[in-house]
Amino acid sequence: MNLATFVIGFLASIGRSVLALLTATGRVALFTLETLSHAVRPPYYPGEFGKQMLTIGYFSLPVVGMTALFTGAALALQIKAGGGQVASEQLVPSVVAIGIVRELGPVLAGLMVAGRISSAIAAEIGTMRVTEQIDALTTLSTDPLKYLVLPRVLASLVALPLLVAVANVIGIMGGYLIAVGTFGFNPGAYIKNTLDYIDTVSVVSSLVKAGTFGFILGLMGCYHGYNSGRGALGVGQATTNAVVSSSILILAANYALTQAFF
Amino acid sequence: MPDPSQTPKLQLVDVHKSFGPKRVLAGVNLDVMPGESLVIIGGSGTGKSVTLKCMLGILKPEKGQVLIDGAPLAEVDSEAFLNDFGMLFQGGALFDSLTVWQNVAFRLRRKPFSLSKKEARERAIAKLARVGLGAETADLFPAELSGGMQKRVGLARAIATDPHVIFFDEPTAGLDPIMAGVINDLIRELVTEMGATAVTITHDMTTVRTVADDVAMLHDGLVRWHGPVADMDTATDPYLDQFIHGRATGPIAAIR
Repeated sequence: MNLATFVIGFLASIGRSVLALLTATGRVALFTLETLSHAVRPPYYPGEFGKQMLTIGYFSLPVVGMTALFTGAALALQIKAGGGQVASEQLVPSVVAIGIVRELGPVLAGLMVAGRISSAIAAEIGTMRVTEQIDALTTLSTDPLKYLVLPRVLASLVALPLLVAVANVIGIMGGYLIAVGTFGFNPGAYIKNTLDYIDTVSVVSSLVKAGTFGFILGLMGCYHGYNSGRGALGVGQATTNAVVSSSILILAANYALTQAFF
Repeated sequence: MPDPSQTPKLQLVDVHKSFGPKRVLAGVNLDVMPGESLVIIGGSGTGKSVTLKCMLGILKPEKGQVLIDGAPLAEVDSEAFLNDFGMLFQGGALFDSLTVWQNVAFRLRRKPFSLSKKEARERAIAKLARVGLGAETADLFPAELSGGMQKRVGLARAIATDPHVIFFDEPTAGLDPIMAGVINDLIRELVTEMGATAVTITHDMTTVRTVADDVAMLHDGLVRWHGPVADMDTATDPYLDQFIHGRATGPIAAIR
């Protein structure tokens, strides 16, 4: 193979990847717009929305709560290890509060819920695709995007901020338990320091991030499930793609939102 | 029996459909008269399901037209058409997360029917009884039913709104011969009793003989033979002859 052939082949492979990326972006954009257009067109399915709120929000609480608790506790240990007793009494509550509320709370909750929910949504809708349940919905005069996709995406969008609000409190409590129980910090001073360092921007950014991550993980689960290939392999692939794309997009969106807020 | 002077209920005119380089339908012409039960037969991959999905509007032909009561499908109010339509899917396609009665009553709870929960449940139980299932099955989930029972629930869902057009996709696939016979008889009874126009796709010759008024055989993207079921056994078409007798040798290539 001569050099020219190699270079052309290399450039062609880059071109193919870029085209594939643009095609996928276009498909996701169309899917998103079509889904969102149903939000302003009745009929609505509040029962489906409620069911999804329960699954995505309420049943994710233990996973998100445990993640936040251990992260807050580990963060307190790390900060204490890096500073002396006196400096740590100031540092631990402030860094735990800022770290949890601004970054770790929304990001870890987003990633944990992506693993739990995005995959479950993709598997459920993918199985419905493979077993013709989605075609059946169409023949029963029910739009699958309106009945299946919109309630899941909206429920993720609404449930994540609620989950993250709880996760933030639990994460801070994890730090508090270690600081007060293990290091013997003053409980009143710890709480005061924590409250002093949590400002409105931190809370708003945390909730905006959570809503964005919720939208991403719900949408990715639905998109990959809805476009699932045939058979068990197709559904498995859709599930993997849902988790991977949700996680990467959550991390990318986190960077963009952090840049925008701070 | 259908009146041939009427406008066909469903009509395919020169319908072409391909998937990438694979040509599936290459100019299909079919008329289904009101009240007629047409059975479409043909080997695997000959485009039976694609024909059905084109009739439904789930797939759009590249060329040709689908007409409903003489009007192009694109101009028909799809909501109104689907509200007067029922379909039994090959695997049942029951919604796993809903109970049996909720599956059957799925459309009844929505516009334009909008029945109350109590009315919808009563109607669902009546339809379940019509297909031979007791009220005790109403609160079970599809996963708790056998394959034959799932088919019956699918049938009950298809007839829940007393539609004028019903499609049956491989209604006996995966069933034992006795259950297949029961389903075939049920389909024939329901179609006759409701006066509905029915289109069935199947490989099962017992289904053809039980359910069909007319038979159309698809091969290589075209309608190879179309006629009354009574003429099927005396027809001279070698493709039809090989298919209905299940011979390995003949003009239809068998992959071994």
